This record gives sequence, structure tokens and C-alpha cells, in this order.
Amino acid sequence: MSFPWAQHYKPSHPLMVYLDEKLPLPRFVYNAVGAGYPVPRNLNYAWNFGVLAGFCLLIQIVTGIVLAMHYASNAGIAFDSTEHIMRDVNYGWLLRYAHANGASAFFAVVYIHIFRGFFYGSYKPPREMIWLLGVVIFLLMMATAFMGYVLPWGQMSYWGAQVITGLFSAIPLIGGALHTWLLGGFAPGDAALNRFFSLHFLLPFVILGVVILHIWSLHIPGSSNPTGVEVKTESDTVPFHPYYTAKDGFGLGVFLILYCAVVFFAPNQFGHPDNYIPANPMQTPAHIVPEWYFWPFYAILRAFTQDFFIIPAKLMGVLAMFSAILVWFFLPWLDRSPVRSGHYRPLHRKFFWVLVIDVLALGYCGGAPAREPYVMISQVLAIYYFLHFLVILPIVSSLEKPEPLPFSITEAVLGKDDHAVLTA
Amino acid sequence: MIRIFSILVGLFFSAALLFSFGKGAYSYISEPPAATAVNVYHKEPKELALASDGPLGKFDMQQVQRGFQVYTEVCSNCHMLHQVAFRDLKAIGYNDDEVKAIAAKHKIPHYDPKTGEVKNDNGMPTDHFPPVVYGGQGTPPDLSLIAKAREGGPAYIYSVLTGYQDQPADLLAKFPDSKTPDGLHYNPYFANLNIAMPPPLTSDGQVSYKDGTKPTVDQMAQDVAAFLVWTAEPKLENRHQAGWAVLIFLIFATGLAYMAYQNVWAGKKH
Amino acid sequence: MADDAVIDTPEHAPVVTDGGVRRRDFINIAAVSAAGVGAVSVLLPLVSQMAPSADVLAESSTDVDLASIQVGQGIKAVFRSQPLFVRRLTPKEIAAADAVPVASLRDPETLAQRTKPGKTEWLITMAVCTHLGCVPLGIVSTENRGEFGGYFCPCHGSQYDTAARIRKGPAPKNLEVPDYAFTTDTAIKVG
Repeated sequence: MSFPWAQHYKPSHPLMVYLDEKLPLPRFVYNAVGAGYPVPRNLNYAWNFGVLAGFCLLIQIVTGIVLAMHYASNAGIAFDSTEHIMRDVNYGWLLRYAHANGASAFFAVVYIHIFRGFFYGSYKPPREMIWLLGVVIFLLMMATAFMGYVLPWGQMSYWGAQVITGLFSAIPLIGGALHTWLLGGFAPGDAALNRFFSLHFLLPFVILGVVILHIWSLHIPGSSNPTGVEVKTESDTVPFHPYYTAKDGFGLGVFLILYCAVVFFAPNQFGHPDNYIPANPMQTPAHIVPEWYFWPFYAILRAFTQDFFIIPAKLMGVLAMFSAILVWFFLPWLDRSPVRSGHYRPLHRKFFWVLVIDVLALGYCGGAPAREPYVMISQVLAIYYFLHFLVILPIVSSLEKPEPLPFSITEAVLGKDDHAVLTA
Repeated sequence: MIRIFSILVGLFFSAALLFSFGKGAYSYISEPPAATAVNVYHKEPKELALASDGPLGKFDMQQVQRGFQVYTEVCSNCHMLHQVAFRDLKAIGYNDDEVKAIAAKHKIPHYDPKTGEVKNDNGMPTDHFPPVVYGGQGTPPDLSLIAKAREGGPAYIYSVLTGYQDQPADLLAKFPDSKTPDGLHYNPYFANLNIAMPPPLTSDGQVSYKDGTKPTVDQMAQDVAAFLVWTAEPKLENRHQAGWAVLIFLIFATGLAYMAYQNVWAGKKH
Repeated sequence: MADDAVIDTPEHAPVVTDGGVRRRDFINIAAVSAAGVGAVSVLLPLVSQMAPSADVLAESSTDVDLASIQVGQGIKAVFRSQPLFVRRLTPKEIAAADAVPVASLRDPETLAQRTKPGKTEWLITMAVCTHLGCVPLGIVSTENRGEFGGYFCPCHGSQYDTAARIRKGPAPKNLEVPDYAFTTDTAIKVG
């Protein structure tokens, strides 16, 4: 989409004029992330994380493709081929650490991107399709990350594969057969490892496709902004390039500093020591946990310890864990407040921060051993999680009295007095 | 409509959780979890400072070589070093001939591509350390990655090697069922307190160092821990060096990016 | 580029002083250049990871025992995962090789240049045709040795003489003589 005042692409060089006639790719880029895309002028740093997430996907695809040139997806030698990468392949250690920590970075960035959406109501119409596609991307990321973690075929890889595919065995009637089908055997082995490798290679490109849809659907209403007030006039916007390319360039630099500090100086910080032990189907690690980015959901899974009427605890846990993400799909219709941004919603804002603390605490409990008091704490935290989205949000959005909104983005930025001057 | 449905779903999950919480809390209060010998007596690893620690860390090759000697003379009787090739030893300061001599001390099955036979003959620098056949019970773990495969890393290795002791009397008094079984050895740094490995480093002077370092048990344990950090992460020095170059460049480039950002937005309120 | 947009922004009057404009341009150009330098340096690991890894490079020498090879016989050994011809020439074959005028060859080399001094009877060459990499026939006397009694490549018909020099067919070069040295009178080390 474009606002009427968007700048138009005018190629001057004869080659670019020719290209514009035959294959208007530069025009496409110009209108998508160039000067042809007017963006609200008041975006804060929380809006950097979309571009950063895209960059993380790029890191993962590039490092992943080169790692696949050396990795062997055979249960007998997968572990050794990973060590071969770490020891003998030129810069193999760098590529593998960049990829393993790239997954962590990707999730960290995407979580901030998602919580930005929660606070500023980015999921609200007219942007609900962007939100739905975003949740699809997140689900695909989780599947990709899980299968990638299986590939080194260490102890955590093996038992992660065993436990996560075991979730599907909770499904009544078909569960057992489904579990066997997913693994291509009765326990993780060559068949499972090969299919996980194949899908782990495929899914990032599926993610890339959905990311393109995500950005496409963003360009129809245009970017949201911290006030939540829609763009009204030209003075509300600036062209994406150079304003946000410059800002995103700086954000990217800060991100890379943090990311590289981890890759080069603490590359195993986010991993688990047990994954440096080759897979052993005869012995489960004492304390089995997924990667940190799954911890909040893992805590919810483990919070269901009792059968609930006719529903077994295992099925309840699996249902709740998937529901915890699926509920995000319904967010645009659960939050009925006419006001978008948390800046002008006093109650929503408070509950948002409670949710942030709740999810962080759930994450902590999910990473802790499965014993008391962590289980009881995560039960309380999980209750809040579900109440927040399914009960509090719908009720609060109908009850709360929003604070007065600015008339326009320009007014929010410059104050009322300057308004007349600027639109003149 | 959707909100009524969502509130019902939310209450359903909350009720199930509350039910689980209630039962859990009840049994937690009625039968509080009893302390076990492990959570009372298990100790976190001792402090260990190695030259390879920290973002500027480099290996102390003298120490790594001493650790290799301890591995060769003591650990290698039971423990493999599967990921390490003899040629890798050049990185810790052995020259080609020394590497060849070390390799030749091991018998390694070689496949002859002409005859299709597999023959046991002298190891070559390209070979990896061969499997070790262990006659006793249990499986001594491969040591190549042990420094990354245990919480605490080298400090854990050092602590376990120097942590053997008699079972404390008050432990037996408090937990009479937790007596160390026959054939196991009490070690408070080991996860379940009872380790199958007999104390490997038993007396000062068990190996004799060529560089004049005094081979106390403590020293040998530190040295072998340093060696195992190297076997687990042979590219550590490259990583640290490259890391500094990358970070300095990134800080410089990000500084420029910040100036460009300010520059582009100059005069534009936002 | 960012620079011209900066100056053209409606609300932001172009900075008139020359020094000011130059400084602004300079910072933007420097920032974009730094990004370019960063992007190019990332290529280093991405490209060099495809070069042979340390374990492959380490497999770079082979010992061959010559003691059991009789005059007129040859064996195939393995060097860097490729076949290697080790052939003990008969006096007749040596004479045939020496009789060829060097100037007439496609890749002029004498037998002496292709063997070690005093060890002319030991012809050590890669068993890789210099045309497109097939393994020529002829190391065993029962195989087709071609018109020149050396080696014959069945893929595209290159023919090598008794010094493994190309004489006929599409191959451009003689069979390659790898670096090797006699470690004893009856053993060599290749590579």
C-alpha cells in the first residue's frame, strides 16, 4: 500500500529504466523498504526488532547451508561429524557456534517483537492478518529449532526427540501410532534423524515465505506506531529510507555486538552440557530440559500433574502447552478496546507488565528441575497466563477507561502548538 | 460470543491447574519432601583458575603438556580420547617427530585398500586416539569433550579428582541407607556422591614432570583439567583472537552507524 | 544512498556551509563502507570452509614398500585418496623411453627428469589421466597398454609411453609425478 504522498520511484540511469520495464525489482524494493514506503515518524527502538528478526533468519539460513555441507545425518556418525566441524573444518567452530547461538538470538529478538505487539496492540484490526502470520512464523520457528537441536545427536538431542515426539502420544486413540509414525520407529534413530534433518533444512525456507507474506500484509495498512493513532497526513510519516534504514543499521550494530560477544566468548552459555555426551538410548540425563526459549511452555506442560475428571494429566499438559500459543491467534478478537496502544490504556498496561514477569518466571521454573516448589510456582504462574489472555484481556478491554489520545502522530511528536505550522 | 467462550476455556485451564496445585500443595505440606544425602552433602566444584579462562584466555602449553602426560600415564588406562587425533598434538607444542613417536606407541586397526584387510599396526599422526578396552564394570566416559559435558567444566574435573574422601560420619548417622556401596567411592563433588572410578591420583610424584614442576596430586589434577579444556575446545585461542577483532570492528562500525543515524534524523523531531 | 535524501528532506534545510555538507556525507559514506567491509569479511569463513579440512590435509603422505616388486611389474598404491602407479621398468622399456626425441613430445620431459637419479627403473606417477581424471590401464602387463607400451586410458583413448608421457589422444600433459623421496633403497615416501 501506499499513502498518496509516498515518493515515486524514478529511475534515471538508462540501465535502471530498462530494468524497470523488464523486471521492476528495484521498484519493488524501493516501495517495500525504500523511500517509497512512508512510515510513522515516531517509532521507538521496539520497532527495530522486526528487521533484526529478518536478519537472524538470514544468519541461520547462511550458516545452516554451509554446516549442511559437512554434517552427516546418520545416527552412527552425526555426533562425530559435528565434532569434525568443530575441529577440522576451516572456521567450522565459528559457523557452528554462530548457528547454535543464532537460534537463541532469533528467539530473543522474536520474543521482544511479540511482546512489542502485546503492549502496543499491534494485533488489532486492521493488522490482524500480520499478527496471524506472525504466530504461524513463531510456530514454524519452534518446530525448526526443535529439529535442529536433535541433529548433533547428543544426549539432550536424543532425549529431546524422545520427549517432544512423546507429546503426540497423549492424543487419545491414535497417539501411540502417531508417535511411532513421527519417529519412523519405536525410538529415535536413523529414520527420525534423517527426516528431522530434511525438515530442518526445508522449514527455514517455508519461514522465509511466510515472512514475505507477513511483510506484504504489513504494507497494506502500513506500520503501526507507539501512539496507536493511524497515520493521517504526510507530516505523520517519514520515508523508510533513509530514516529507518539508518535507525535499523544502528540497531543491527548493537545487536551484532551482543550476538558476537556470546558467539566468541560464551558460546556454550545457552547450551546444555549433556549435549556434548553422545546419544545413549540406555540412559536418560538426570535433568532433562529443552533450550531456554521453550522453558515457559515447558513449565506449562509440567504444571499439569493431576488427571482432571476424565482427562489424563498428560493430555491436559499437552493441550495447555499448545493452547498457550494458539491463544495468540484469537488475540485480535479477544481484545475489544477501541484504543490500540498500551500508552493510553492504564489497566492493560499494568496487566502487560504482570504478564512479562509471569512469563519470565515461568521460564525460570521451566528450566529448573521438575520438583517442588518449582512445580507449584509454575502452576500459579500458568493460571495467570491463561487468565491473562482468556479472561482478563476480554474483560479489561471492555471495562477500562482509556486516557485521551493525541489527535495525530504529528501532534504527539511536536505538541499541539506546532501542529498548525507543520500542516501549513 | 468468542469472549464468553474464551472465558470458559480460561476458567477450564485454571480449574485444572488449581486442582493440580491443590493436590501438590497438600502433599507438599502433609509430607514435606525429606532431605536426601545428595542435597545435603553434594558440593559445588572448587574454584580453579586456568590460563585459558576469560575472554583473553590462552592455553598455558607447559601445563597442557603436563596434563597430557598425566592423561597418558594415568587416565588413558580406562578413558578414551576419541575426538582427538595425534596430529592435533602439534597444537600443544609437539613437533612432527614427537607426534609420530606418540602415535606409534598405539596399535590401531588400519584398513588396507589394496587387500581389503584390516591390520593392527602402529598408529600414524592422522589416526585418532584408539578405543580403550575397559575390563571392569561400567563404562568410563570418553574424555575428549568432558570439560564441556559437565556442569562446571575444568573446575568439576579438578574437584572430582581431588575430592575423594571417607564418607563423613554424620552422613551415615543421618542417612544410614546412604552408605557408599561396595566398589564405589565417596566423592562429594560427584552428582550422586558415589563414583565408580577409584581415586586415580593417589600420591604425590605419581608422574614425574620434565619441566621441574612438583607433581603433587593437586597439581596433577589441575594439569589434566587444563589438558581436557584443550581437548574439548582446541580452537579456543582462535576464537578469542577472532572475537576481539570482530568486536572492535563492530563497536567502531556501530559508532559510525549511530552518527549516521543522528545525521539522517537531524532536525526531524520524533 | 542516504546522503542526498538527507539534504532534500523538506523540513531540514540543506546545510549551506561546504564543510558541514562534506562532514555529513562523509559520516554516511563511512558507515555504509564499514557495513560493506563487514559483509566482505563474513565471506572469509563462508568461502574457506569449503577448502580441505585439517583431517583431509593431514592424509597427505603415503609410504610404499618396493621390495616385492619385480622388474616389469607394477602396483597401484593410494595417495591422497587417489590411485598411484608404482612401476619397475624393464631395461627395454627404459631404452624405448630414452629413444624418443624429447622435442617431438607434447609435454617434453625425459625419463631421467621423471625419475630419481640412479633409480631410473622406478617410475612413480599418479594414476590419473591428465585429460579428465580417469584411471588409465596398463599397470598390469595383461591390461591394454596402448600403442606405446605405457598406459592407455579407456575413457577417451589417451595413450602414454613407458615414461608415462602423453603420446596420443586428448590428454594435454604427461601423467603427474608426485613429490616423493626414497627413504631406503626399497621404500619411498610420497607427499
